[in-house]
Amino acid sequence: MPDVAVAYNRYKFLGYEFLTWLWCLTEKNQERLRKLDAELLSLVIGNRIVLENRVGDTAETITIKGEDADLDEGRLSLKKGAVVIELNLIYRSDEQEWHFTIKGESFNIANLRTPATGTPESEKDIEGAVLEKVWFYEKVSNLVDTLFNDFMKLRISKDWDGVAVPELRKWIHGSTDFAEV
Amino acid sequence: MGILSSSVSLTRYGVKGEIGKPILETIADGLKKNVVAEIDGDVSEKAVGWTSFENPFNPYFEGNSFVFGEYLIFSLRIDRKSIPSKVIKKHYAAEAANRLAESGREHLSRNEKQMIRENVVRQLSLRIPATPDVYDFLWNCEDAFAWFFSNQKAANDELETLFSKSFNLTLVRLFPYTIAESIPGFSDAERETLSGLFPTKFAE
Repeated sequence: MPDVAVAYNRYKFLGYEFLTWLWCLTEKNQERLRKLDAELLSLVIGNRIVLENRVGDTAETITIKGEDADLDEGRLSLKKGAVVIELNLIYRSDEQEWHFTIKGESFNIANLRTPATGTPESEKDIEGAVLEKVWFYEKVSNLVDTLFNDFMKLRISKDWDGVAVPELRKWIHGSTDFAEV
Repeated sequence: MGILSSSVSLTRYGVKGEIGKPILETIADGLKKNVVAEIDGDVSEKAVGWTSFENPFNPYFEGNSFVFGEYLIFSLRIDRKSIPSKVIKKHYAAEAANRLAESGREHLSRNEKQMIRENVVRQLSLRIPATPDVYDFLWNCEDAFAWFFSNQKAANDELETLFSKSFNLTLVRLFPYTIAESIPGFSDAERETLSGLFPTKFAE
């Protein structure tokens, strides 16, 4: 493996491409998401997308936020060559809901809100409350890994250039003639 | 930010290395040897160490106190004394004036100014209480992963250094390349393909 700092910078585009692919999947192919996570009811874009358009040494950051934000502006940025650097997602599984933000380059998870848990009333309750919370966090951690593993298998295959990229371009350009990524 | 908070941030790590057996005793030993020091009433301006998840202001690592099911949970505590620069400036001015009056001189040398400044900071550090920041840490020894409940770079750097010093193990951050590299079932050829990837241009 290359030096950690080198690998971090050299391959951070994988995180950006993953988020772009995932955004497309949330809009166009929930079925594929459900095949990857049998308990998934839906995975949708939440209240924030951050994109970055880097030209030479300067970087323009585009933030789209709000519950009913117009995502066309984000796709317009993609058309201009921007990459998705941060995505807020809402994950629904088994009638419960998680909200979290994932950063493309670090895969740090931020603003993670899980389904409600009971408040521990005594010291004896703390272990149960902790384990319940950890179980909720694991659901998100496992989801991210499952999705990224699926993306990486596609990314290193011939289907990436042959099928996925043309379809992603169609999606970015708003084409209705869309197959699957 | 803690495990039981309503909103958390997570930095995910892999843990590399072999931990000495018996595992719990080895870890308890590492925690006790690197427990956070109390620096109130001390000249130290900063302390970094482990503390208990359940009682961060009274560290306790005996028995199974840090074991929760299959996880080990404890916390990183960073105590810092933050002395406002204006306070330092005020005390420095008074001390420098005293020194000039005592010596009958009009100017202080560069060294004298430096010594006065250091002395002022030391004296103030004795009087100012440290502000503690507590970050929870979860470790699954069996599956060799860990979660740190903060995305702050400085806190993550302190964690990685303290973890290595305490347990002689390495925390490896899980970011796109490190996750991709460890995908189960990837062949050597697939790993090589991964190494040779370059960014895709989606804009035509």
